[in-house]
Amino acid sequence: MTEAVIHAEGLKRHYEVSGGLLRKPRTLRAVAGLDFSLSAGKTLAVVGESGCGKSTLARMVAMIEEPTDGTLTLDGKPVRPEDWADLRKSVQIVFQDPYGSLNPRQRIGAILMEPLTINRPDMPRKERERRAREMLDLVGLRPEHFDRYPHMFSGGQRQRIAIARALMLDPKVLVLDEPVSALDLSIQSAILNLLTELQERLQLAYLFISHDLSVVRHVADDVIVMYLGRAVEKGPKEAVFSAPQHPYTRALLSATPSAEPQARRDRIKLSGELPSPLNIPDGCPFAPRCWKVQDKCRAQVPELAGDVQKSACFFPENGPASPAA
Amino acid sequence: MSLLRIRNLSVSFATASGAFKAVDGVDQDVNAGEILSIVGESGSGKSVSMLALMGLLPWTATVTADEMTFDGVDLLNISKSARRKIVGNDLAMIFQEPMSALNPCFTVGWQIKEALRIHLGLDRKARHRRAVELFEQVGIPDPERRLSAFPHQMSGGMNQRVMIAMAISCQPKLLIADEPTTALDVTIQAQILDLLADLRNETGMGLVLITHDMGVVAETAERVSVQYAGQKIEEQPVDDLFNSPHHPYTAALLDALPERATDKLLPTIPGVVPGQFDRPRGCLFSPRCKYANDHCRAVPPIPAGPELGFVRCHYPLNTDERNVS
Ligand SMILES: Nc1ncnc2c1ncn2[C@@H]1O[C@H](COP(=O)(O)OP(=O)(O)OP(=O)(O)O)[C@@H](O)[C@H]1O
Ligand SMILES: Nc1ncnc2c1ncn2[C@@H]1O[C@H](COP(=O)(O)OP(=O)(O)OP(=O)(O)O)[C@@H](O)[C@H]1O
Ligand code: SF4
Ligand SMILES: [Mg+2]
Ligand SMILES: [Mg+2]
Repeated sequence: MTEAVIHAEGLKRHYEVSGGLLRKPRTLRAVAGLDFSLSAGKTLAVVGESGCGKSTLARMVAMIEEPTDGTLTLDGKPVRPEDWADLRKSVQIVFQDPYGSLNPRQRIGAILMEPLTINRPDMPRKERERRAREMLDLVGLRPEHFDRYPHMFSGGQRQRIAIARALMLDPKVLVLDEPVSALDLSIQSAILNLLTELQERLQLAYLFISHDLSVVRHVADDVIVMYLGRAVEKGPKEAVFSAPQHPYTRALLSATPSAEPQARRDRIKLSGELPSPLNIPDGCPFAPRCWKVQDKCRAQVPELAGDVQKSACFFPENGPASPAA
Repeated sequence: MSLLRIRNLSVSFATASGAFKAVDGVDQDVNAGEILSIVGESGSGKSVSMLALMGLLPWTATVTADEMTFDGVDLLNISKSARRKIVGNDLAMIFQEPMSALNPCFTVGWQIKEALRIHLGLDRKARHRRAVELFEQVGIPDPERRLSAFPHQMSGGMNQRVMIAMAISCQPKLLIADEPTTALDVTIQAQILDLLADLRNETGMGLVLITHDMGVVAETAERVSVQYAGQKIEEQPVDDLFNSPHHPYTAALLDALPERATDKLLPTIPGVVPGQFDRPRGCLFSPRCKYANDHCRAVPPIPAGPELGFVRCHYPLNTDERNVS
């Protein structure tokens, strides 16, 4: 067992949102209590529908936002806002949008050296430049790219630059928030390979956020399935994909189109929309869309339970062999 | 006879840096009652070719074609007023961005009733009845109440359904759906794709589904046309395309799918799609193609016959003579 680099317990993030004129502000529970660990050289993937809290989680782990509640430790030491500036070197984030996340007026060289300029002001410029050029090479860009501006690059190249920048301070953890979602298929595979190679070489821990289950299946070691701010299932990738326990996980897997025209399709049809996170139903949050719902589900919140593979359901599925409905 | 017949369609845009060819010599047929999918990466001209058909491109665009007929009507030499009678009526489109196609200042009910008034000339009562009926048909719960909602008060999935309801309000003979599910979660995507397929079954309309998601293609389409850098590079029935692609680009694209991966490192396609200034002289894929030789780099391939899926390649794959895979 490898030691956890990051460990989270009961992590929560609530937002106060105004209820409009004359109404009381309401609490939006974007992340409603998560436990997990990230280990060196391993990838923990987080999947779930839009608005389930994936990016909020990413921002907490990357120390951009403070948790409302719960604890986060890095190498066993608690992560407190007063230590963020120091600890942030170890945890870097890469965002989905390779266009928006780079300063258009900065040359690539300057973009890469900036983290060093800020965090290692004592480092001589020559050394900063040497490291930036080395990093350029590491992520598969060419030496002449050093003096170019972001608009001269394709989407895939910009994502390489963003990854290179995130690696400049030798982090232990990379938070990847939909890192390939904006990229074409023909470019996506090169970026996924780059992430694989970097992880092997540098023993990075990845928190990999994606809504694309075929990508997650390829990169993850462990998976958390989120629904309305909660983990509804958690476990090793193989187990979660081959024998999902939570009905929502099953529905998600069955709804993911497979690039196999002859594949057998027994899609589970969910009725209803994702409820508003301001109106999370009592009991199991999935109950209004679940085909197995019983009275108990509407009355009580199921806890995440199990050994290696955990799920939060009173009537879990046993595996792909069990009947759909 | 096909419902839609396009021959040698080209579109170029006047830009500050000169003319840019976005669509280059595309032939396309669509039959009544069939689902044709157009795939290809971002910028390959999928949207522009269909917007050209609808007559919805800005004045900077120059559209040329040898033939463009829809339901027996010549769309190349048609008056503006005659075109207006067809577009939005027999020939309808669901646009790539639902939020930009819906007017934020009016309720969705007003917008759909306005479409019904213009195209069908129904009276108030009949318009209301038909609007409710359409909302029910596309699976919008509580339609009476939703008619008075503004677009920003509804989720992306709901707005997408409103767009579909508007597009089918006049029972089109051909519906062009441009990335109708790209912004949606997979569970909602599954519902929308089922809805479109059901509509086709009920009304016998033709459906053109533009997407870059190979999973969606495999599950929904009957015939697939692949575009690259403005050209159609091959077209085959869906099973054949996935099992025995003829064009090296199609083959490479399918290989790059994470779900087809046999190894932790995925096959990649080096390089990027050519732009305005680096359009190759010969085959447009030659700079990235692993089979390219001097002939490919010098001479642009012309489309082969139907038995080879109209492939634009000097050395097609998976033919009797050349079984490479
Ligand atoms: N600063 C904020 N103030 C108020 N609400 C917020 C804020 N940030 C996020 N939320 C809400 O918290 C919930 C979770 O949002 P989050 O962005 O984490 O979702 P996500 O899973 O990343 O979704 P997506 O897949 O669309 O990126 C959403 O309902 C969102 O509207
Ligand atoms: N009004 C315009 N002026 C100049 N160029 C344009 C214009 N509209 C589109 N283009 C260019 O035409 C090419 C084809 O665009 P199109 O929108 O058809 O791509 P697409 O295949 O639909 O891509 P996506 O998958 O991103 O939707 C692109 O290079 C685009 O930049
Ligand atoms: S013509 Fe040549 S370069 Fe083009 S796809 Fe075929 S083999 Fe490759
Ligand atoms: Mg997000
Ligand atoms: Mg498009």
